[in-house]
Amino acid sequence: MDVGLLSQYIMNGLMLGMMYTLVAVGFTLFFGVLDIIKFSHGDVLTVGAFTGLATYIGLRSVGVSSTPLLLLAVLVVSILAMAALGMLIARYLVLPLRSAPALNTLLITLMLGTVLREMVRLFYPQGANPKPFPALLPTDSINLGQFNLRLDNAMMLATGVAIIVGLRLLLNRTKLGLAIRAVAQDEETARTMGINFTAVVLITFAIGSALAAIGGVMNGLYYNEINFGMGLLLGVIGFSAAIIGGLGSIYGAILGGFLFAALQTLGAVALPFASAYKDVFAFTVVIALMAWRPTGLIQEKISERV
Amino acid sequence: MSRIVRQLGLFFATALFVGALVVTAQAKDKVKVGFIGPLTGGVSVNGIGGRNSAELAVKLRNADAKATYEYELVVLDDECKPNVAVQVATKMAADKEIIAGATHYCSATAIATVDIYHKFGFPIIVWGAVLPDITYRNKYAEVHRVNGTMIDQNDVNAELISKLGFKTVAVIHDTTDYGKGHNAYFSKSLAKLGGKIVGTFGVTSDQQDFTAELTQVKALNPEVIYFGGLTPIGVRIRSQMDKLGIKAVFDGTSGIVSDAFIQGLGPLAEGALAFREGASTEKLPGGKFFLEKYAAQKYDNPPEAYGAFSYAAMDLILDSIEKVGPDRRKVIAELANVKDRDSIIGKITFDDHGQNTVALITKYVVQDAKFVEWEDSEYASGKRKLSGQK
Repeated sequence: MDVGLLSQYIMNGLMLGMMYTLVAVGFTLFFGVLDIIKFSHGDVLTVGAFTGLATYIGLRSVGVSSTPLLLLAVLVVSILAMAALGMLIARYLVLPLRSAPALNTLLITLMLGTVLREMVRLFYPQGANPKPFPALLPTDSINLGQFNLRLDNAMMLATGVAIIVGLRLLLNRTKLGLAIRAVAQDEETARTMGINFTAVVLITFAIGSALAAIGGVMNGLYYNEINFGMGLLLGVIGFSAAIIGGLGSIYGAILGGFLFAALQTLGAVALPFASAYKDVFAFTVVIALMAWRPTGLIQEKISERV
Repeated sequence: MSRIVRQLGLFFATALFVGALVVTAQAKDKVKVGFIGPLTGGVSVNGIGGRNSAELAVKLRNADAKATYEYELVVLDDECKPNVAVQVATKMAADKEIIAGATHYCSATAIATVDIYHKFGFPIIVWGAVLPDITYRNKYAEVHRVNGTMIDQNDVNAELISKLGFKTVAVIHDTTDYGKGHNAYFSKSLAKLGGKIVGTFGVTSDQQDFTAELTQVKALNPEVIYFGGLTPIGVRIRSQMDKLGIKAVFDGTSGIVSDAFIQGLGPLAEGALAFREGASTEKLPGGKFFLEKYAAQKYDNPPEAYGAFSYAAMDLILDSIEKVGPDRRKVIAELANVKDRDSIIGKITFDDHGQNTVALITKYVVQDAKFVEWEDSEYASGKRKLSGQK
């Protein structure tokens, strides 16, 4: 296989991995803070993408045509809107159910995800059809043999890396991050230390949902197309990626996301004319990994003292 | 009993008696007919268009004073998923009050349910699914179809590709019975004409990311990419082809003949090929009549590519019930004798497998954001050229 082709595969894998990671990090944050699985995360991504699209269409119709401004507006509006949505979900759905078994919260958020998805399909005009997402990033590309290096892909990859690094910094170097980690470790002690539990939970949900919004917009920019079902598979894969990597660990989510993307790309390459089975291959490997390391590849260093 | 009570009693009894006379004199017997299509999910526009068309047929028939019966349409959603289709088909077929049904747009659902209709003796007319096996795998008297099959479609497709001088084709198809059928028939037709298939890739019908398959396709460098599947992934494949810099011609089937395909791609849709049984709705014999009546109902959705077939199927069912009465077995016998029956899609004749022999295949090319018939297009006359055309 020539270098150009290999580079193209690697690029595809990296972009895919970045998308999965953004979703997986959200799952990991929510689990870390509240020990719950919020299954509507993938569909929050979809709503974020559609919010961005609606913003774009709205701004275009009032005559704004400067691309950087449009991109900024799309990002800002969808991030803020999804942060608000995340906080609403936390405040009215997740927090009241804290004392219920974790399975109940998983099921309820799963159902909420379906509601969000169907609302997009029903209330967005012609929501059932795939919608073109505008190309707001420069589309220049450099052709290196078989490999087509696109500027927009490189920018998105860099942004994704910056976001992950930023999140790490937030969690490790700021007081807010300290509060989040404290709540994640032990809720009761954190409260006794004077940390406002509700505020921290709401902020964590806001951050996670903002990441979903960025993921949704990135998805739209990468594929130039969004549809109401995009969050479903992304949610499942993001969740699996978070689990393989180790639920509760940000590094785990990153590892899981890129690992899953690598498996899918490998599957498509290694089974050239049976690429329909690449998902089967990827999930089978995930099952094998889970059997080997049930708590994930990066194990949680905290054990519960009963 | 007191006098007043007796008088009141007499009054009400008379009113009831007179009322009953009036009602029975005016009431027609109610008959239920069914419709099944994908009302939710990625191809719901086609299902909703089909449902509206079937509803239109029922409404027009109910407004007709000469009709013997009053019809009620029972609508069920198969979600374009075989497991759901089996459930709703069983529900409809098991309900003895529903006499016949116009069923299915998705081939995967239609093929899954033929055995159920046969088991319950429920007559159906398929209005949108093109997989040949639906009518040809078994000889079920209950199963009929008004639209054509994908065999003729793919013959014409392969012919056009070869005629335009394209020799190498990569096939991408979805892994449902629909996509696999297209792959099988197209490969056969192309091989007969000497074309070469450089690679075949199966993808799932809700797949989002095609970069892995398309990267391999790019390495194989075909002149044409044949796509056997439906609009949602057709849109994604075409737009991701552009992202990877693949310049091949996008050659689709009846699955992408939909307004959603053009809306989803914008300018990228230009130059895509597609094929369909029958003619565009306006050019059908009863097309103008159908479109006028459809517009008058002010539905939110257009009839889409197969709305006219759904109307014709429902109309044929209603005609049969008018003729022989609301009895499933009699309707089955009546439908076996359909020969040169006039309808808005032209003359319908069911062969011994219940298949309407619609020989006409229309070739389309997307030109200026519209599906234009190939012969009328600027590509055929040479003013515009398809990507890589000499």
